[in-house]
Amino acid sequence: MLTNPLTKNIGEPGIVTTLEHYLENGGYRGWRKALHMAPDEIIQTVQDAGVRGRGGAGFNTGLKWSFVPRGKDAPPTRYLVCNADEMEPGTFKDRLLMEHDPHLLLEGMAIAAFAIGARRAYIFIRGEYHLAAARLETAIEEARGENLIGTHITGSDFQLDFHVHRSAGNYICGEETALINALEGQRAIPRAKPPFPQVSGLWGKPTVVNNVETLCNIPHLIELGVDWYKKLGRGEDGGTKIFGASGRVKNPGAWELPMGTPIREILEQHAGGMQDGLKLRAYLPGGGSTDFLGPDQLDLPMDYDAVGKAGSRMGTGTITVLDDHTCPVGLVLNLTRFFARESCGWCTPCRDGLPWAVKLLMRIECGEAQPEDLELLREQARRMGPGNTFCALAPGAAAPILSALKLFEQDFNDHITRGCCPYDQERQHIPLAV
Amino acid sequence: MSSTIAADTIEVMEQQDTGPRSAGRSLNAEEKRDIDREFSHYEDRGSVALEALRVVQKHRGWISDDTLYAIADYLGVSPTQLESIATCYQLIFRQPVGEEVILLCKSSSCWIMGCEKLQRHLEQQLGIRPGQTTPDGLFTLLETPCLGDCDKAPVMLVGEEMHRHLSADKLDEFIQEKKKHHADQSAD
Repeated sequence: MLTNPLTKNIGEPGIVTTLEHYLENGGYRGWRKALHMAPDEIIQTVQDAGVRGRGGAGFNTGLKWSFVPRGKDAPPTRYLVCNADEMEPGTFKDRLLMEHDPHLLLEGMAIAAFAIGARRAYIFIRGEYHLAAARLETAIEEARGENLIGTHITGSDFQLDFHVHRSAGNYICGEETALINALEGQRAIPRAKPPFPQVSGLWGKPTVVNNVETLCNIPHLIELGVDWYKKLGRGEDGGTKIFGASGRVKNPGAWELPMGTPIREILEQHAGGMQDGLKLRAYLPGGGSTDFLGPDQLDLPMDYDAVGKAGSRMGTGTITVLDDHTCPVGLVLNLTRFFARESCGWCTPCRDGLPWAVKLLMRIECGEAQPEDLELLREQARRMGPGNTFCALAPGAAAPILSALKLFEQDFNDHITRGCCPYDQERQHIPLAV
Repeated sequence: MSSTIAADTIEVMEQQDTGPRSAGRSLNAEEKRDIDREFSHYEDRGSVALEALRVVQKHRGWISDDTLYAIADYLGVSPTQLESIATCYQLIFRQPVGEEVILLCKSSSCWIMGCEKLQRHLEQQLGIRPGQTTPDGLFTLLETPCLGDCDKAPVMLVGEEMHRHLSADKLDEFIQEKKKHHADQSAD
């Protein structure tokens, strides 16, 4: 049984899978099969398999596709957009997939576009991913050359074209409605929902936005079926997932593993445990906008519900490890600075709240805070929480702050009572230039 | 960008901008052709705003006010609309930048792996703060959000090239190499 559908073509690091190699390994079989299926049948398959969005939100992909209006009265123009704006701190999984096996993504996109009836598909890729963008453009040319996509798709009258849209460095573009604004040539700020993009998205037309890894799940699912897909997972969720680890572990990296692989297994077997002399202090399960979890939570299976029940989110599934020689307040300050910088400025709790949180954290980190500042920070973070803003940036930013205040209470207090940061001074934050 | 460029640095850069890169308030044929190529991918002219900014920046190095007006004119959008797009992307430069723009990753994994120390080192070696350009116009230093290479942290991106597993020694080597490269080029 195929157990590594996402990475089976990936060999040597840095070497791209060409179309020839991809086809030799059974590539585009899922696409050829899909062309003989009814779109509804494809959507149902994806829904039944329970493919959940790998960008972090974990929404059922088939269900998302099913919201696109169908039937005679539906708007004829629809769009598929691949969200390749991977910018979540600590996340490096989509880069791996796009640089090494671009055709897998294209095949997944072709199937998705066919299912929702989109004749044009965009890959919205962050501007810093030069190699991935170039390799995708080459792959598109290759696929067009073989009539796998384009205006003369072999064995079908369906027409489909791809375009790689290179962004230019803006975190909020990862939010799907901000991404749509950006693609339209507007300033990248989120839109109010409803209407949801599936009904009225890009240029007012039905639009589905899916993450790179999500789309890479589709080809083999269509080829091999729901039962195969579900069996891949070790827990509630089916399929595999690119999990990763960074920070001061022995062997940082990314690996395709069954959904539901215990976190301990990822960190100890695959990441090789902590570097010598260091202990694991805490970890962010899936990027900068997930809550910290402590070492008592290592036996959690990495799936959406289990990590959710433990008080965090699986997010992107790439784990950031905090060791016992690194200042947790410093790390939270680092994350909060990032979110403050990347706030688009539309909602007040985010635009104004984040810089205040940075100021408070800076004061704490430098040992200049008063004990009551901790409550002020907690209050500030709560105001950025869910329900107060149009998108998830501010609630995401609040997650590491609020969880850190609980998990590292002693460290926060130590900074205040000692009047300085008790950790390694070399890592002290550099104040921003005025 | 919260950082500033020293007035004399801007002066140096603006003087350089009077060279062949600068085309003033209108776009040249090559720039227009490069923008035209993008239209077919989008539904309306205004949608290529970012592509147009990028294309012209490739030719001119950065987007001056005059350049911004010229692009807005060509696309048929208002300059303020275009400015609102230009300023939301870190890779669109509304100030002159050096030949080598160093994007030092400052995100969580790189921070854990010591990027603040590397930033201090770069600042000392180059004599600039983030957002500034060296007086010789060679280097610009910018802090950047996660570059998505966290298992090889600390990292930076210069041009299209990723530099991984950075150390102070590697940074010194990089600076020397680039200085030599540009000295050789200007000698030719």
